Formats: sequence, structure tokens, C-alpha cells
Amino acid sequence: MTHDGSDPEKLLPLPPVTFHILVALSDQDRHGYAIIQDVTARTDGALTIQAGTLYRSIQRMLEQGLVAEKRTRPAIGEDDERRRYYRITPFGRAVAQAEARRLTQMVKLARACGFVPGKA
Amino acid sequence: MRPSRLYRALLRLYPASFRAEYGGELWRVFEQRRRDAGGALGLVALWLATIADTLISAAQSHWDISKQDVAFAARTLRRAPGFTVTVMLVAALGIGANAAAFSLTDYVLLRPLPFWEPTRLVAVWERQLQSGFTNELSPANYRDWKAASTSFSGFAASTNVSANLVGLGEPIRLDGAAVTSDLLPLIGVQPTLGRVFTAEDDREGAPGTVLLSWGLWQNAFAGDQDVLGHKVTLDGEPYTVIGVMPASFAFPNREAQFWKATRFDGNAFADRTNTYLHGVARLKPGVSVAQARAELDVVTENIERANPKEDPGIRATVRPIRDELSQQARVLVLALSGAALCVLLIACLNLANLLLARAMVRRKELALRAALGAGRDRLVRQLLTESLLLALGGGAIGIVLAMAALPVLTRLVPSALPIAATPAMDLRVLGVAALVTIVAAVAFGVVPSLRACRGIDSDALREGSRAGVGGRRARLVRAVVVAEVCVSLVLLVSTGLLLRTLWRVQGRDPGFRTERVLTLRSWLPFPKYAKTGERAQFYDRVLTQTRALPGVSNAAYISFLPMAMGGGIWKANVPGQPPVEGAPRSVSLRFVTPDYFATLQIPIREGRDVSPADRGNRAAVAVVSESFVRRHWPGQNPIGKQLNVAFADRTVVGVAGDVRTRGLERESEPQVYLPYEQIPDGWMPFYAPKELVVRSSLDPAALVPQLRAIIRDVDPQQPISNVRPLGDIVAAQTAPRRVQLHVLGSFAIVAFLLAAIGIYGLLSFAVSNRAQEIGVRMALGATPGSIVRMVLREGFLLAAVGSVAGVALAWAAGRSLEALLVGVTPTDGATLAAALVVVLVMTLLGSGIPAWRASRVDPARVMRAD
Repeated sequence: MTHDGSDPEKLLPLPPVTFHILVALSDQDRHGYAIIQDVTARTDGALTIQAGTLYRSIQRMLEQGLVAEKRTRPAIGEDDERRRYYRITPFGRAVAQAEARRLTQMVKLARACGFVPGKA
Repeated sequence: MRPSRLYRALLRLYPASFRAEYGGELWRVFEQRRRDAGGALGLVALWLATIADTLISAAQSHWDISKQDVAFAARTLRRAPGFTVTVMLVAALGIGANAAAFSLTDYVLLRPLPFWEPTRLVAVWERQLQSGFTNELSPANYRDWKAASTSFSGFAASTNVSANLVGLGEPIRLDGAAVTSDLLPLIGVQPTLGRVFTAEDDREGAPGTVLLSWGLWQNAFAGDQDVLGHKVTLDGEPYTVIGVMPASFAFPNREAQFWKATRFDGNAFADRTNTYLHGVARLKPGVSVAQARAELDVVTENIERANPKEDPGIRATVRPIRDELSQQARVLVLALSGAALCVLLIACLNLANLLLARAMVRRKELALRAALGAGRDRLVRQLLTESLLLALGGGAIGIVLAMAALPVLTRLVPSALPIAATPAMDLRVLGVAALVTIVAAVAFGVVPSLRACRGIDSDALREGSRAGVGGRRARLVRAVVVAEVCVSLVLLVSTGLLLRTLWRVQGRDPGFRTERVLTLRSWLPFPKYAKTGERAQFYDRVLTQTRALPGVSNAAYISFLPMAMGGGIWKANVPGQPPVEGAPRSVSLRFVTPDYFATLQIPIREGRDVSPADRGNRAAVAVVSESFVRRHWPGQNPIGKQLNVAFADRTVVGVAGDVRTRGLERESEPQVYLPYEQIPDGWMPFYAPKELVVRSSLDPAALVPQLRAIIRDVDPQQPISNVRPLGDIVAAQTAPRRVQLHVLGSFAIVAFLLAAIGIYGLLSFAVSNRAQEIGVRMALGATPGSIVRMVLREGFLLAAVGSVAGVALAWAAGRSLEALLVGVTPTDGATLAAALVVVLVMTLLGSGIPAWRASRVDPARVMRAD
């Protein structure tokens, strides 16, 4: 079940955890624990996704076609071969970009009315 | 517990499908985080975060699946509307029957009475050591028991009274109660308006004070807030309104419309045999009913020793006020609940059968889904969701059915209960209905779901594989049908026993003819009518004018109507027949005007009716009933014999036919009728004739306005009440039985139909499964007749097994119904035989169509099919 070709805008706004997972998978494929670590690192420890929340999100993202389970395993010795790896799909990338545009738009609005200091 | 074990236990909270998919991953992540946690504090934080996360995400995960299942089930059920509606209606019958039965049970047996700490309230009665009868209390015994006992924190008394209320439009007749001043504080009920009685209101000669019921306040005073201090006249005496009781207050029963203080006068305590008070006491905390009873036994023995001449052999009976409900009422309510459970049981059995058949048909679909990766748990869950949806739909319809049945059920509530409200569909009942719904869903859903999903594999997908043919399934379905036959036989026998009782009771001769007789009550108040001569004038004028009305053939007055009033009992002695120990001497005493016997067409067997010549200054005479003659002068001519009753020796001048004064179901005392003028002035006000009976050749109901006009003309202040045809009074005798029968009977009919459908379903399924075999048999020369016999034999075999079990259970059910039976034994053969015939018909109905269908099997076609 993938949503290739369907409108990315339909899934917006994304739940924050979903967005964070997509960001974590943007540069490389990761397994569950790696995603948690990456999100923690990127947010300077502000957000630690719990395992249950993570896999529930992944289950839904798989159904929505945002991510896919990776079929090829990483090079031998690099990691535990039993692990499941996830990669972002093109549709997932499109949705993440749409979400980012939406957030940017929001920040612009906030700046215009003076909620955020900085360049107008 | 090791950490890994604890975490695995946590993981079990997830739905099985989620656990199967991600359990390993979750476990690995957790292990890694535990290794990285570092330090005890970090570990604690990790555990806390993990537990919270698991609880939340597991709940969300379950919710997601349920949403999917519900949506899927709704789609599936919409595609099979016939099946869905059938299942919901059958479930509705079972659930509705139980909701209705529970609303009645809750109301009559379970709900606490609307008083303060009602479990500590007890009713206190006098008990005659010799006969075991219980009586009301005499004022003297009430006073002495109250003073001597220490078990109670309070001991109050009340007595039913009625009075003519004058001064508010039409004069009206009211029922009420006289209560001791401590009664209302004792049961702990506050007035809505004003105050309750004080000791000051309750002494001899105190000015009259009255409390109004909510209903009377609304009807007679239009809910006027300034009603306090209002003066009213009750039976000619002035009373001041001091308060209004809340709408929920109904003591001692729903009939009470006003309350006044007892105001015992000095004479009240003189006679210990004059018993008319209902004792109500509150047990001190920690004192049991048995302790109170034991203490009163000692108290009563002491009183007997101190007053040896006064009415010896009196002890006390102490009962929780809840237990005042009659055994009949209790049995009836329990029987209804039992019957409702039977209906639910049959409904669930049928539905389990239906769902099983459907699930078997759907095995291919289920196998397909299993092949696509759905686990067995997931499929079972899906099927259970479906049955829960069906049960919820059925529950909703069932509650509507129960609400529709409430007015009928309300008529089953015994009027003796001190509760104002009527059974209602409230949260308690809805809660029970919801519980029944869920139990039903599980009961009829689990076995089919598990069975259908057992051994799901690719085999089920094979073309030509038969849907669920299997010895085990057939055995299960047969057991279900046997159980259905058994339960419906129990209901049929119970209903049959009640029906036979009703016929027995209705077939009894009341001793009088009711057709075209109208009755009404004009209760002449004392002291206004204390003089017998003044009452006689009233009766003579009313009766003369009434007899002059067109169509009226007879009219008379009597103290009490038969059946409407069973009491009015007096001891009669026959000179020369010394009272024998244990021999009954009670008679039902009535004062009548001439023409009473003719009006009710009670035959005069010997001698004459009372006559206008039997005046107060003439020889005292009496008309007695045949049973009185049998008791005292068997085989002799009673005319001219003497008896002593109501303070005088009287000569028998006539013998009348027996009348069932105590109603159709009870034995009645022999009757003694005295002429209305032979009561000394001011004596026995309770016995003064008050019931007018009129026989007319025209419609008696049309007489009412004319009778009202006549009485208004004779005494404008005299109220009229209880206008009704005499036939209604006799019909009222059997009304509760008819309602019982309707309710139990409708349960039995539902059970009967469901069981017939069950047999039909089983045999149809069996026939369609065995079509091939039947085809072969026919090809080999079996006649359609022999095929029909084969199918019928199976149906009858099941019915026979169910009947054997059913007869045993029906016998037990009949025994428990014994309190409701009159003139019929629980093992009544005719009833049992009739029920068995009905089961036979049910089996024929259920197996007929499948048998016919089997005989029409075309051998050529079914054999070509494979």
C-alpha cells in the first residue's frame, strides 16, 4: 500500500514524531534504535522518542507509504543482520518537504506579526 | 522478577498482531537503551518512560485495530442485511426480556427503601402463640412493648384511616394514615413544606393537625405555597395543615394521601384485643432482628404474667421491613427473572448456531485473509467485534422493547410497598442491560469464532471443499437444540401451571351475580351520623329515590362489598355450644338494608331476608350463611336458633347462600348479616353500611350522574367514592394473575419460536450437507416418504432428549412456583402433557420444511455436481 502519485498535502500537518523520523531517515537508512539516537542528537536531547511510540508510528508510516522496510542488509559486520532497517520513500520525501514548506510558511507569518525577532 | 521478564510482560499489553510484528524490535531497542542508561537513576527513568510509553501506545494500537475491525464488520454486516436484522432481533428479545425483568426485580426486591438506613427498620406484629397468626398491635401492647424493650432506638406506630374531606369544592373521600409523632423522624423523612408532628400534636384532645401528600397538595390545593395554616374538615372535625410531604413519600403505601397524629384517648388502652396498629421500629446499631425478637419474647411473657386476664398467649414477630413483601410477590418476580434468563439462554444458543453456520460459510474468506498474513488471533478478534456489534444493536432494540413493556410490568408491583415511584429505565437498568449485552456477545460469539478459525490453512481454499462439514460441529449444534427444547419446555410448563391456576380461580363461583350491578361508596362520617336513626333516614331516602330510577330493579346498602374488603371479622358464639379449644368461631359480619340479597342475587335458602320491620326496638335477628349452619347446626333447621354476635343474642330468620368474601383464592369465614337498624347509637362506626349496590336492567354506568344527584340532594356534604361495576371487583381478583400470565406466556412463546427456529436451522443445514447422500439413497430406490421419515426422526430424537431433561427441570421450576399456584399441583399431569404436545408441534414445525426439502432432492442433479 503506497501513496505514490497521491497528493502529499493530504497527510499534512504531520505528527511531530513522524516528521522527526522522516528527518532521521533523510541522509541514511537506519534501524529503530538508530532513529531514536539520531532524533535525540539532532534535538540536543530535547526529544527522546520511546520505542512503543516509534514502532506505532513506523507501522502507520509503512501503511501510508512514507517509509519502506529495507530489503538489502548493510555490509557484514557493520550491524546485526536480524535488524530491520527503514528507508524513506520518494513519497515520504515529498511529504516531508511539503511539511517543511508548511512550517516555513508558519514561521514567516509569525515573523510578520513580530512573534519572532529577526529579519522580516 | 528479571528485567527481561518484566518487559516481556509489558509487551503482552500490545495487540497480538503488533507484538508479532514488532515485539522483537521493541525488545532489542529496550535492551540497548538499558545498556546505555548508565547508573541507577538512568535505569529508573528508562523504566518509568517505557512503562508510560507502553501503556499509551498499546492502548492506541488496540484502538486502531478496533476501529478497523468495526469499520470492516459494519461493511460485512451491511452486505448481509437479512442476517444482521435477524440476529439483532433475536438478541433484542433476550436482552429486552432481561432488562425488563431486572427493572422489576430491582424495584421490588433490590433497591433500598427510600428511608434513612432502611436495613435497620423492622415491622413489629403481635403473634398468637396458639394459632400462629400475626395481628396488628393493640395500643396497650404498643405502649408497653415500647416502654420495656431496649433493642430499638425508636418504636412508632401507624394505622390506616380514611376520612371525608369537605371544604374544597366537591367533598372527597381520602385514604390516609394516623401516625405516632415519632414515626416520621424514625424513618427519617423530611417534609417538603412545613413541619412534621411533635409530641404536642399527638396527645389526647390536641387540636387537629394534618400533613398532606404531594399529590393531594397538587390536586386539591393546586400546589399553593401558602397552604400551611389552611383549615380543612376531615369527617366533620377541624384540622390545620402543618406540612406537605415529598412526592417520593408513600407510607404505609401509595394510597396514603394525608397523615394525622394518632391522638390516643384514654379508652384506647383499655382493650388489648383491639389490634389495629402497624408497629415500625428502628434497631439500635449492632442489634440483630433475632436479638430484638428474643427480647420482645421476654417482654411479652412479663406482660402476660402481669395481666393474666387480658388476651393471653401473645408474643411478638419482628421482621425486616423489606421482608413484609408477600412470598407470592417475591416468587413472581424471581420467576420472571428466571424466565427472562431462559429466553436469553435460548436466544444466545440460537445466535451461536447462526453465527457458527455463517462463519463456516465464510471459511474461505477467512482462509484467504490468513493467507494474506492475518494471524488467527486477528481473525478471532475480527469475528468477535462483529458479534459485539450485533449484540449492541440487539441491546439497543432490547431496551426499546423493555421500555414498551414497562407499563405492563408496573401492574405486577405489589401495592403494599412503601415506594412512590414506578419501575423505570434508569442508569442501573441500563447498566445491567449493557452487561447482559456484553455477556451475550461473548456467549454467542466466542465459540463460533474459535471454531471457525480452527485449523485455518490452505485446505479451506481448495475448490469443492465443503463448508464446515464435521462430526464435531454437528454434535455441538445438536447439543444446542437439545438445550433449547429443554429450556422451552420448562417455560411452557411454568406458563401452563399459571394458566391452569387462572382457569381454576376464574371458574370458582363467587356466590353472587355481578352482571349489571353498580357499586359506590358513601361513607357516612361519625359523629355526624352516630345515631342509627339518622343513618337509617339517609339510607331510606337514597334507596327510595334510587329504586324509582328507570331500569333499576334493586338497590341496597351493606357495610363492605365482598372481595373488596375481606376483613370485618367478629367472633360468634352459639348459646349451648361452649367454645371448644381450637374450633373456629370467626364470622364475617355485615350490616345490610333489605333487598341486599336480591340485588346481588345471593339465594335465600331458607327463611327470609332482613325486613324494614327489623328495627332497633324489635327482636334482634340475623341472616346466616349455609356454611354457618353447617358449622353449628349440621342437619338441623336453623330458623329460630340463637347466636351471640356484636354484643347481642340474635335469632336466625334466614339462611343465605355462601359468598367468597375473602376473594376467589382464599377460604372465607361463614357470613352473618344483621339488619342495618339493629346497631346501638354510636357503636361500631366501622361497620355502618356505606356501600351502595344497584342492579339495573339498563347500562348501570349511565346511572352514576343520577345517583350523585340523589346523594347530593339527601346530604350535600356527603362525598362519593369508589364508583365501579361489581364485575370489576371480581375481575380485579384475577387481574394480577392475568398480567403474570401475559408476561410469562410471552416469554414462553418467544422461547418456543426460537427453539423451533433452532431445530429448523439445524435440520436445514444437515439436509443441505447430506444432499448428496440423500440423492444416492433416492437413486438406490428410497422413496420420498422414507427420506422424510429419516429427517423427522432426527428432529424427534433431539426433541425427545431435550424433553426428558426438560421434564425434570420443569418439575423443579413448578415446585419453586408453588406459592403462585391455586388448586393445581406442580406436577400437574395435564399441564405436562399439553407442554409435551406443544414441543411435538414445535418439532414438527421445525423439521417439516427441511424434511420436505430433502424429499425433493433431485438425485441426478446432486450427483452431477461433484
